[in-house]
Amino acid sequence: MTTIPATERPVGVDIQESETNRAVIEAIEADNADCTVRHMPGLVRVQAPGRLVINAESVTARLGRDWETHEFQLAIISYFGHIKEWDDDEIVIAWDH
Amino acid sequence: MTIAPKAPKKLSMKQRYSALTRDLDWEPSYVSTDDMFPYTTFEGITIHDWTKWEDPFRLTVDAYTKYQAEKDKRLYAVLDGFAQSQGHLSLTDASYLNAMKLFLQGVSPLEYQAHRNFAYLARHLNGGGPRFAALCQSLDEMRHLQTEVHTLSNYNKYYSGFANYLHQHDRVWYLSVPKSFFDDAVSSGPFEFLIAIGFSFEYLLTNLLFVPFMSGASFNGDLPTMTFGFSAQSDESRHMTLGLEAIKFLLEQDEANVPIVQHWIDKWFWRGYRVTALVAQMLDYMLPRKVMSWKEAFELYFEQQMLNGLFQDLAFYGIRPPLNVQEAIDEKEILSHQVYWILYQFSHAASFTTSMPSDEHLDWLSATYPDTFDRYYRPLWDKERRNIAAGGRHFDRGLPQLCQVCQIPMGFTEPGDPTTICQRSSDYNGEHFNFCSDGCKNIFDHEPEKYVQAWLPVHQIYQGNCGGGTIPDVLAWYKMAPGDGGEYLGSPDHQSWLGWHDMAEQTGGN
Repeated sequence: MTTIPATERPVGVDIQESETNRAVIEAIEADNADCTVRHMPGLVRVQAPGRLVINAESVTARLGRDWETHEFQLAIISYFGHIKEWDDDEIVIAWDH
Repeated sequence: MTIAPKAPKKLSMKQRYSALTRDLDWEPSYVSTDDMFPYTTFEGITIHDWTKWEDPFRLTVDAYTKYQAEKDKRLYAVLDGFAQSQGHLSLTDASYLNAMKLFLQGVSPLEYQAHRNFAYLARHLNGGGPRFAALCQSLDEMRHLQTEVHTLSNYNKYYSGFANYLHQHDRVWYLSVPKSFFDDAVSSGPFEFLIAIGFSFEYLLTNLLFVPFMSGASFNGDLPTMTFGFSAQSDESRHMTLGLEAIKFLLEQDEANVPIVQHWIDKWFWRGYRVTALVAQMLDYMLPRKVMSWKEAFELYFEQQMLNGLFQDLAFYGIRPPLNVQEAIDEKEILSHQVYWILYQFSHAASFTTSMPSDEHLDWLSATYPDTFDRYYRPLWDKERRNIAAGGRHFDRGLPQLCQVCQIPMGFTEPGDPTTICQRSSDYNGEHFNFCSDGCKNIFDHEPEKYVQAWLPVHQIYQGNCGGGTIPDVLAWYKMAPGDGGEYLGSPDHQSWLGWHDMAEQTGGN
């Protein structure tokens, strides 16, 4: 097993395809420069090297209404990495070591 | 739709979580902590500080109920629309439902088992944080069972094989594979259960187990299953977090926990991986419209995300990838073919139907598995095509030997040699036990006193405990009706399907 540093190993999240979630996905794409998006049946997978952030403010701006980070529970299907932060303003997924 | 509360926030998420979970915990005064939590020491795990357990979701009971209610509302709106629009006629084919029969019979009852054991953890873990996370998961698991049964009951009105899933889960040979897996987990201690189900099942293997079913549903016109699946999966991400926090917590609390946890990872990776064999054949053989192959799913969800992602992280604690993981990687080219071949020839004793893959399907398998399919498995189907042409569709009339640990019929092959059946054995207390693999033998040898008690369906039939000595006797004891199993072509489901679609054409679509 070759060792890849935590900052390079991909982390990601699978999101259900829906009207609301389109704004969530657009916000993730805008806030994570290195992320890649893959469409699969019924879901969208977003992954990025090392770290992925979901900003409540970015989602709110695209959705046209307040979006609180708890709502991400309605969007997420699965993820890989650790949930490092789940706060009022942002959710961060990254590896620890 | 507005979900976000508009009232000014007095507490931040962190503060609210702290106030509504940990602040509600208390130190016992008139009993000792050991008396209050008697089950968290006998496994040899050392915990110094329960407050170090983190719940990254910071879930509180008000947020939990609000979002779970919203998830259910969305699901039931879909179910209503489905029932009102005769949605079952929009499936790719009635044979698709074989995957859902397997799901209802094999997986849904496990949700209930999980509900029970997480309720136990919600009482018996010492820390307030993990107890609340376990309580939420316990409620989730009950919701999963209920929504799965409600959803699939829409098909039970029109199709065979769904009616007796609970009765069959406790009795039928292929269902003893998932059942014995979960029985094994709930009869272990609380920490082993957390690693078995919370970590191995819910984090390491969850994407292999559930996402293929849901994507398969999406691709095959099964809107309600896709909806309950994604609704359940949204809870699953919280469960994954609980599993991951559990393992990090155990590893960080005491170095002496590391070898215990490593053994549980080794054991439960292999136990869970053997259960996914049923998913492997489902992906490659049961879906009329394919989503991805087992090989592709294994590479994406297991090799890339877990071996190259998660296990690099766990190496920090001195944890290595699970024992026998290389065998699993090597098997990705052959697993689904071996398992479907078993199910194909024993489906006369199953509550789903099987059929020979079409030419187009065989070509897809050849293209997807270029190194193995034409060489080892296509010739089997060519022979079976001749059997069918001669009026002799193959059903195996004997009973297979089962692995003492995973309970799958012994049809797997030697590592590196797909032409020789793998057979391992151990003797214990003067009795002889058989295993399908080194992985299952290792598990037995570590805890023989547990696995000698396994309820093996084939042994039970021979001992006269399953309704009688003939196949019709056993099928009656399984509560299997004619048409529930056997060959799909010409089955009641197939005939109904053709009839409905013929009728739909004649009447212009309704």
